[in-house]
Amino acid sequence: MTDPCEEALHELYHFLDGELTDERRTLITSHLDGCTTCLGAFDFETELRHVVAERCRDSVPEELRLRIAALIEHERFEASE
Amino acid sequence: MADQATFSEQAVPFMDALYAAALRLTRNPSDAEDLVQETYLKAFRGFKGFEQGTNLRAWLYRILTNTFINSYRSKKRRPDETEFDEVEDLYLYRRLGGLEAATVGRSAEDELMDWFSEAEVKDALEALPEQFRMAVLLADVEGFSYKEIADILDVPIGTVMSRLHRGRKAMQRELYDFAKARRLLPDDAVAPATVPSTKSAGRSSGPAHKGNTR
Repeated sequence: MTDPCEEALHELYHFLDGELTDERRTLITSHLDGCTTCLGAFDFETELRHVVAERCRDSVPEELRLRIAALIEHERFEASE
Repeated sequence: MADQATFSEQAVPFMDALYAAALRLTRNPSDAEDLVQETYLKAFRGFKGFEQGTNLRAWLYRILTNTFINSYRSKKRRPDETEFDEVEDLYLYRRLGGLEAATVGRSAEDELMDWFSEAEVKDALEALPEQFRMAVLLADVEGFSYKEIADILDVPIGTVMSRLHRGRKAMQRELYDFAKARRLLPDDAVAPATVPSTKSAGRSSGPAHKGNTR
């Protein structure tokens, strides 16, 4: 039958993406409780996801923020004419 | 129907994130500024058609990605999206996971943060073909669900999953190249992490899998 490790790793991304049913989620969580090999892979991917999200932040230049605010004000003014 | 008077109040808080997304998509600050500006103006003009109570953030990303696709994406070449198919699952973990395990006293997160600089992570994402890049950006950076991404990009959920699957593997390969280039690693895999092999891709068809070690 299906190897539980293979099954868990197969669903790793769906798990991290929060796209599994509660039932599948519970099954995987209980597998991870007893399998350090799979847990290592899940932890690694979780942290990597975190690193990617953290590293990809940027702040909008203040000048652009002001420009957009002014353009929207302008449009609003035009519309109310 | 949404009241235009409340547009700025509701939409401006998403501007940093949209600007970051625009930078990843256009790979160029000047185009990114134009893209964000155009997105906000289009959104303002169309705000009456936005249904209050639905997902404003997703709605803004839909405008952003549509505008990008229609006006900014490089028209010169279709990226070769099959190029990445041979990358195995858990590409990075198989190569770096063993190293991490060997390091005691620090969390996995500290290690990964040290391995990849901000510029490297951004470059790795920006190196992906556009369709993969959009999917990975929306899922892994912005945290949208498959369904939301499908709505934003106007593609079936199966397409979203396939692009994510391939895009993530490709990005891991890019990151691994950075780690190697910075001589953080010997030329090839060191102490590969022990991990059961998986059948590749999203479907579990096919015969017994190949071994994952060399």
